[in-house]
Amino acid sequence: MTEHSSGITAKRSFNIMKILRGFWTNSGIVIVYIVLFILFSLFIPYFFTLRNMIALGLSVSMVSMVACTMLFCLASGDFDLSVESIVAFSGVVAAVVINMSGNVFLGIICGIAGGGLIGLMNGLIIAKIHINALITTLAMAQMVRGFTFIVCGGQARTIGNANFFSLGNGNFFGIPNPILISILCFGVFGILINKTTYGKDSLAIGGNIEAAYLAGINVDRTKVIIFMVQGLMAGFAGVVLASRMTSGQPNAALGFSLDVISACVLGGVSLKGGIAPIKGVIVGVLIMGTVQDAMNLMNIPTFYQYIARGGILLIAVTIDQIKQERLRKST
Amino acid sequence: MDGYLQFKGISKQFPGVQALDNISLSVNEGSIHGLVGENGAGKSTLLKILSGAYAPTKGSIFIDGKEIRFKSTKSARDSRVAVIYQELNLVPEMNVAENLLLGHLPAKHGFIQTSVLDNIAARQLALLLEDIDPHTIVKNLPIAQRQMIEIGKALLLNAKIIAFDEPTSSLSEKEKNQLFTIVRNLKKQGCVIIYVSHLLNEIFELCDSVSVFRDGKLIKTFEDIRLVNNDMIVKKMVGRSIVDIYGYKSREQGETVLEVKGLKGPGIQKPVNFSVKSGEVLGFYGLVGAGRSELMRIIYGLSEKESGSIFLNGKEVFIKNPGNALVSGIVLCPEDRMREGIIPVRDVNENINITVRKHFVKFGIFLDQVKERQNATDFIDKLKIKTPSLEQLVRNLSGGNQQKVIIARLLSIETKVIIMDEPTRGIDVGTKSEIYRLIHKLAESGKAIILVSSELPEVLGISDRVIVMRDGQKVTELDHADVTEKKVLHFALPENNKQNRIS
Repeated sequence: MTEHSSGITAKRSFNIMKILRGFWTNSGIVIVYIVLFILFSLFIPYFFTLRNMIALGLSVSMVSMVACTMLFCLASGDFDLSVESIVAFSGVVAAVVINMSGNVFLGIICGIAGGGLIGLMNGLIIAKIHINALITTLAMAQMVRGFTFIVCGGQARTIGNANFFSLGNGNFFGIPNPILISILCFGVFGILINKTTYGKDSLAIGGNIEAAYLAGINVDRTKVIIFMVQGLMAGFAGVVLASRMTSGQPNAALGFSLDVISACVLGGVSLKGGIAPIKGVIVGVLIMGTVQDAMNLMNIPTFYQYIARGGILLIAVTIDQIKQERLRKST
Repeated sequence: MDGYLQFKGISKQFPGVQALDNISLSVNEGSIHGLVGENGAGKSTLLKILSGAYAPTKGSIFIDGKEIRFKSTKSARDSRVAVIYQELNLVPEMNVAENLLLGHLPAKHGFIQTSVLDNIAARQLALLLEDIDPHTIVKNLPIAQRQMIEIGKALLLNAKIIAFDEPTSSLSEKEKNQLFTIVRNLKKQGCVIIYVSHLLNEIFELCDSVSVFRDGKLIKTFEDIRLVNNDMIVKKMVGRSIVDIYGYKSREQGETVLEVKGLKGPGIQKPVNFSVKSGEVLGFYGLVGAGRSELMRIIYGLSEKESGSIFLNGKEVFIKNPGNALVSGIVLCPEDRMREGIIPVRDVNENINITVRKHFVKFGIFLDQVKERQNATDFIDKLKIKTPSLEQLVRNLSGGNQQKVIIARLLSIETKVIIMDEPTRGIDVGTKSEIYRLIHKLAESGKAIILVSSELPEVLGISDRVIVMRDGQKVTELDHADVTEKKVLHFALPENNKQNRIS
């Protein structure tokens, strides 16, 4: 009798170990973030306060939104480096349209549509002319940045209509709108990637484009949609940013595309395509933002912050690589 | 029992699978040892342990009486062990000489010595019995010659222990004979050779002894191959004897389903006409490059036709891409499983449902995961796909099971015509026989089946009718009743070659 029951406990504890190990291999980055968060809360004054949490949420909101759609680009094995220019372009377009027409709604729509149009062009060039996404979006980034300066005449455009500012600066039960929008985006795009043909087709294309085509997936159309949605989202993020800054800034979001891609990669999204967990993106974005926030609270000079951010990215992907290689060796 | 190379009590455990169970095996210098077994029996795992890619969970390898522990594939190479896999690891943009010596190009002060390079390469090519200019860019060579260069590369490492994993699967008859000569020469030089193949006739032709694997266990080693026959090996492999792996029965045939008229396109020299009836298995045979796969690619919408038309149940169909073909009810099981078939990083469930899932959706885009799991589970049962779960990544399955996943994908949707391009390449006898039975069953249920294959016995064994292709054109059409190997080869071989091939 005693022997029998001890046998069961032994088996159960073995299972728990197995579950824990499985959790570590699949969600190691989540554990790293939780540990990091607890350490910061314990040792950095003011870190774990409502005010700082809201500031943290706001600081990652732009990256969060665009990372949701970048997830699909990466899932299908492509990149989009033009999002940073689209963010600036849409903000400036929104500012100019609002100032000219006095209609806030029209300005928002024009900003988002402008982003969508650029995304559509990206998608068409990549899918139909088969030009590498890296080159296409890099070229597009420069052209769009140029257009942005032309549209605003080289200067930041202050927006006259104060109604517009509530989009980025308003709040709902004390939580700023950009944070709510980010959470909504994570929900919507999380469902899209896991529960829809659009998401699974994107993953299949990234996993093996030839096989996906032979299996009857409309590869071209899916790619065009991916880049168009990416453009729309970057456009929307640009409009929100303009609202927060109360102006359209042609210099906004420089280097933003790589911030978004690094957050995704940090969360375990494969640059080769086919692997794109939404929870990884959420954690990736949070790690980037949290470390930045902690360094600000500790008054670490900007120069060192750059080093720290790059270092963290490199360490995180190195750990992930080692883990993957060990996994490959044992399976 | 004290051979030059010895495996002692090797076990390899993967999560949920015992891939190898206490394998002990000994091979002498100057002998060729064959390894046979169904897919997933453990042959490839053993080779990967020999190459240093995997570490055994238990047991050890002894070379010349000394225990050896390989930390990596490099340390195995340093111990003069070479394992030659099916996959090609060549740089397509570089030339033959550079590829042969990649990693140890002859250099002086960092500059490559072109003359030395060319000399070594030319010598090696002569050894390989290949008549290729060492300056040819590799991507311009046919697959068979690339495979030979891969083999030459491994031989340049001056290995003492050489393992071949299915080396002939993409070789033409000519290259195969060259390879056999090379392997026999290596044997004469005292090398230890391990030869893995699904083709038993190769094992009989080449090997001195043979070991049979099943489910990770070494079932039996026959020390002298002269004392064994085909049946004895097959019996050990599958645990029962397969009387007739093809299981051909003539069956009722219905209306013409697919008719191709005057079809011409890339890889097809002369317009091709043919038709398939419901319930019929139509075999396509030809040498590598005869245009069989190219013809199927045109029908499936993968390459553009130049002229001609395709009729389905009497109505002309216009197929511009695979999506169109699938809608009309034509499916293709692609020739290159790894490149065109599976999505390796996604799981079994997704790989099976990739084509059908758009018919299951709710509200336009939401997947019906209950129906998908049901569909995948049904096919896993029906086709006996060996997988620990629906969530297993397809890259972790054996080749035969990957093939079954692709077949499950095709059968998930409504089909009229099923095109199978080399459906049994690199697959063991047991699974092969299962696939043949499945083909018969599908034909009985009224599907029209087109089978493209380079394995002559297979084409003859299961087809109701055989079309032979050569040099991008259809040469002849033969009925099951009067088709013989000799006849088919007579049409398939190039004119100038016939005299010395068929006697």
